[in-house]
Amino acid sequence: MALEARNVFFRYGKRGPWVLEHVSLSVERGERLAILAPSGYGKTTLALLLAGYRQPDRGQILLEGKPLPKKGFCPVQLIWQHPEEAVNPRWRMGKVLEESGKPDGKLLQALGIEPAWLERFPRELSGGELQRFCVARALGSGADYLICDEISTMLDGITQAQIWKVVLEEVSQRGMGMIAVTHNRHLAGRIADRILDMERDPESHGRT
Amino acid sequence: MRRRNGNRRTELVLLAAVCAAVLAVAYGLGIFLPAEALEGNFLQAGQPPSLEHFFGTDSLGRDLFWRTLKGLSVSMAVGIAASLVSAGVAVLAGLAAASGSKIADAAVGWLTDLVMSVPHTVLVLLISFALGRGLLGLLAGIAATHWCSLARLVRGEVLKLRACHYVALSRRLGKSGGWILIHHLLPHLLPQLLVGMVLTFPHAILHEASISFLGYGLPPEQPAIGIILSESLRYLSAGMWWPALLPGAALVLLVLLADKLGSCLERLLDPASAQE
Repeated sequence: MALEARNVFFRYGKRGPWVLEHVSLSVERGERLAILAPSGYGKTTLALLLAGYRQPDRGQILLEGKPLPKKGFCPVQLIWQHPEEAVNPRWRMGKVLEESGKPDGKLLQALGIEPAWLERFPRELSGGELQRFCVARALGSGADYLICDEISTMLDGITQAQIWKVVLEEVSQRGMGMIAVTHNRHLAGRIADRILDMERDPESHGRT
Repeated sequence: MRRRNGNRRTELVLLAAVCAAVLAVAYGLGIFLPAEALEGNFLQAGQPPSLEHFFGTDSLGRDLFWRTLKGLSVSMAVGIAASLVSAGVAVLAGLAAASGSKIADAAVGWLTDLVMSVPHTVLVLLISFALGRGLLGLLAGIAATHWCSLARLVRGEVLKLRACHYVALSRRLGKSGGWILIHHLLPHLLPQLLVGMVLTFPHAILHEASISFLGYGLPPEQPAIGIILSESLRYLSAGMWWPALLPGAALVLLVLLADKLGSCLERLLDPASAQE
């Protein structure tokens, strides 16, 4: 009962260099894994594969032993690195939240989302404020697994701490599995039970 | 600062409403004009502008003000038809791009390039001539040539939106293709389409006037701006300036109004300035 990557290969296009080779990992529900690597190691690509945005060229991504659903709701939800690209600029923030179901007032409060912001357009909010909405949207969808792709990289320390506190609380409360992709070793140590280092662990990655 | 912005939005709405109202009144007057108003009276031929005849009369004694209005309404009908057709074709091109079929998309792209590579005026002339001139030929000619830029715009927009993270995310949240089309794509496309339509309108009107002026468009008995202007050239050397200047100015005013309406709508519908 886990989200697994089994010997995954991936490249962009048919002739490009391999971005991911021999990647295998597994996360149980209730477990928190951090994937650690410097820039250019295919961290974001791996996050896209795990959340079903792209298909691996070889190998499989399995959820509870079955491939991820291609249509309909995907129980693995990705929080993108750049929140401003992950919300429709023509929607008010209230509608953005409702896309994943009715927003939970307590969760919004915990994330520090003020009710007045729901009436705003994305360009009227800062990156940190938008990222709170993206976290609320992902948590509100009822997903079983959460993939966090560098979700706090561009935020200041206080905002980072506040967002991660809520994410970790919700994840443990609901028994969700979490994969956090980051290049920050200290952050990885703070938020995860287990760290997969793509740089030091050549078994999980072909490029050494 | 905030209040000033609020006023600007109201100003834009008012401006757009005034432009639309003037255009509508001009169109309505032209359509419901009684036939007598267009009849000639040789006793009053060649009169300069006066209170009785705002734009003066032409060499056949026809009142130029009413003739111009009638001509403008014909021009507007041509403009509206061309705008609607170009919007329709643009939507089809956008859907071809959105369908994900490479062949359909390539076919539309090829056709667009083909039509765009021929100068408009030549193409309108040929089509209008082949269809026996007159209003129908002109309409077909202009409608068949003015859809390209809007179609390209919509196609590009659809391709861009398809690649957007929030559209991919919506799909992962379990939203259907139809839901995404209505909630994500259309709110982006409709304003573009509307503004594109309004901005195609003056373009089409000018082409209608120039083709009629060259004598390949509307028949000479039809009151049309192009016809009035080409007739007026013959009398210009005799010192009759009003048949050229005033209808020409009316045409320019009409085009400017439509253009202003288009840019007002653009600013009102764009989220970058919507909340101002």
